[in-house]
Amino acid sequence: MPEFHLKSLTDRVGIEERAQRITSRSIKKEAKIDGLKRVLSMIDLTTLEGKDTPGKVRQLCYKAQHLYDSYPDLPNVAAVCVYPTHVRTAVEALKGSGINVAAVATYFPSGQSSAEVKIADTRFAVEEGADEIDMVISRGKFLAGEYNFVYDEIAAVKEACGKAHLKVILETGELDNYDQVRLASDIAMHAGADFIKTSTGKVQPAATLPVTLVMLEAIREFYYETGKMIGMKPAGGISNSKLALHYLVMVKEILGDAWLNKDWFRFGASSLANDVLMQLVKQQTGNYQSMDYFSKD
Amino acid sequence: MADKKIKLNFDSSWDYAPAPESAGHVQLKERYELFIDGEFVQPKSGVYFNTINPATEEKIAEVAEANTADVDRAVQAARKAFGPWSKLSGSERGKYIYRIARLIQERAREFAVVESMDGGKPIRESRDIDIPLVAGHFFYYAGWADKLEYAFPNQKVEPIGVAGQIIPWNFPLLMAAWKLAPALATGNTVVLKPAETTPLTAMLLAELIRDAQLPKGVVNIITGAGKTGADIVAHKDIDKIAFTGSTEVGKIIQRATAGTDKKLTLELGGKAAHIIFEDAALDQAVEGVVNGIFFNQGHVCCAGSRLLVQESVYDKVMQKLRDRLDTLIVGDPLDKNTDVGAINSREQWEKIDGYIQLAKKAGNEVIQPKCQLPKKGFWTPPTVVAGLAQSSRLVSEEIFGPVLAVQTFRTLDEAVEKANNTPYGLSAGVWTQKGAKIFEVSTRLRSGIVWANTYNKFDPTSPFGGYKESGFGREGGMHGLAPYVNIK
Repeated sequence: MPEFHLKSLTDRVGIEERAQRITSRSIKKEAKIDGLKRVLSMIDLTTLEGKDTPGKVRQLCYKAQHLYDSYPDLPNVAAVCVYPTHVRTAVEALKGSGINVAAVATYFPSGQSSAEVKIADTRFAVEEGADEIDMVISRGKFLAGEYNFVYDEIAAVKEACGKAHLKVILETGELDNYDQVRLASDIAMHAGADFIKTSTGKVQPAATLPVTLVMLEAIREFYYETGKMIGMKPAGGISNSKLALHYLVMVKEILGDAWLNKDWFRFGASSLANDVLMQLVKQQTGNYQSMDYFSKD
Repeated sequence: MADKKIKLNFDSSWDYAPAPESAGHVQLKERYELFIDGEFVQPKSGVYFNTINPATEEKIAEVAEANTADVDRAVQAARKAFGPWSKLSGSERGKYIYRIARLIQERAREFAVVESMDGGKPIRESRDIDIPLVAGHFFYYAGWADKLEYAFPNQKVEPIGVAGQIIPWNFPLLMAAWKLAPALATGNTVVLKPAETTPLTAMLLAELIRDAQLPKGVVNIITGAGKTGADIVAHKDIDKIAFTGSTEVGKIIQRATAGTDKKLTLELGGKAAHIIFEDAALDQAVEGVVNGIFFNQGHVCCAGSRLLVQESVYDKVMQKLRDRLDTLIVGDPLDKNTDVGAINSREQWEKIDGYIQLAKKAGNEVIQPKCQLPKKGFWTPPTVVAGLAQSSRLVSEEIFGPVLAVQTFRTLDEAVEKANNTPYGLSAGVWTQKGAKIFEVSTRLRSGIVWANTYNKFDPTSPFGGYKESGFGREGGMHGLAPYVNIK
């Protein structure tokens, strides 16, 4: 385990300028259609509400497999993301589809509970059949400078995951600056994260392009140093196609082609899929359709 | 320690489709005359030359060549206009300059497209940087026109007279704005000559100035090559020469004006050091280096053309730089996704290529991305030459192209010494997250501009100009007014 110190490895002005420049790429025609299909295939279709029921989860799982049946050869989304109590329902509904079930765990979204509770939460989700676990880090401990605590906790959850993939949520909206985002990314990757993820979606700001850039640069550095690829998942606030394409451009230009698929890049989003569908249909027909033609859930 | 062997793969299965900026709205004439005394007049020389698109080598238009008699006609027009123009109130002069600024904004897209067609720079730059800055300069100096007593408190200033302004081909319209705006704001009249490879936006500007109903003769724009420029410099009735271009020509102009009462400002070449310390934000530093040298194909007098990297982070920086090079898009200047456009002329391409061949012959490490260059036109891929010694010609001479010369250093003192060890002194860049180090280094660097943790930032309010053989006089900011006034 490396020793973790908060170092200044990032420059805010430069990061935000680079992110801005990424948005000036013009993605049109076949590049747009191809890009949008990739976006669909990278979505973790998400419902994380107190009022979620098996009925709602089953409907979401159906949608995950039938995004828009009148459009030929659309990919399925990558995963459906739910609370641990709905994992079994989702696993049954998605059987044979190739779509993963992701579960948030470790006292999501605050992470304010004991290690035992968090481990138990993780084990429960895995036992119910989750393929992927989205954990939250202890932001309070991180901000108090207890980096080893954060590292140990991630390592323990990773162990509890067994074969399930671990995504580590940094909740960047609660961190103070990009240097902290970079350090939290480093801690998570060294502790065994398969993916690093920006946000729970419960805190504003959620994912932003600059924060994602910092995390992608951390992934690149980790790859340079270890040869090990780590995945990236921006989550929350990515609700339209144009923005999703900016993220795709960023991955392409920072990490290259190897990361440009659902094994290494995901969008955590609930409403993004419908906007992408609307854009795809528009490319096909030349007209924007009413949102009422696309199922909400 | 980073593994030098790891290289990211940017051969993408997802490529951006061509996204060409529409040029359909641009209506260019087949032939452009001289703009003298508010009108477009045929040259007495009777001679026209072609201006070509460096990305296709196709002729765009014919442009008049001004001879000695044409220069004289333009200077006389400026002289005649000087009296009434200099006597106008500052607020009236300001109104005209504001009008020019607004018209440029209205026609920004057209200017951007023509700038990229005639000069080869990416539309992303002409659209997002050049043209907005052009309007910005006119707006900024329009504001000074009636506030000169605040710029020079307790002093009385008056305009110098007729200014001869000779500008380069790297930022054709922006350099015209840098020259015209302060001259007009302070009450001078002007004879301006754009470079022979990039005259078109200046001629569009002449049309715009006519449309703005600026009094006749206040701005005269004449085209031609070095001989025309020499005629302007030599003309007896010109009071002030402002030149931006090569140090070589600058020296000729300084010799020519010596012993005359002409005032002179020169903004010449550069060989800026871009210093990366080990405590820099390396990812952002690499991005700054890329912007510093590949912006406008490196045709930038303040380009960060020498990279000095602290040895402890050298491997890391080079690894990141190699990967970044692979993602630069080289090609059609009018494509919105192009990062690096065409070299401005065959002559300049030959000069740049000469340096690359020199590096290869000397056995230097030459790093270029795999990129498909168009068949026609003038192209140099982004090039990094590593492991250079201070005595290499790639380190000491201005290449004025997309070629970065990389050296290493061990200590702060060594970095400063190497950075200053050049006849030039226009600009420099410092990358460190330690504030105190920024202040120390920027104080010790002998250059007119030092950027810290960023590069190639331009703003109308900020003075720009060089030390040593990079010239004298400042353009931009309040300082940019001084070369155009006499203090009484």
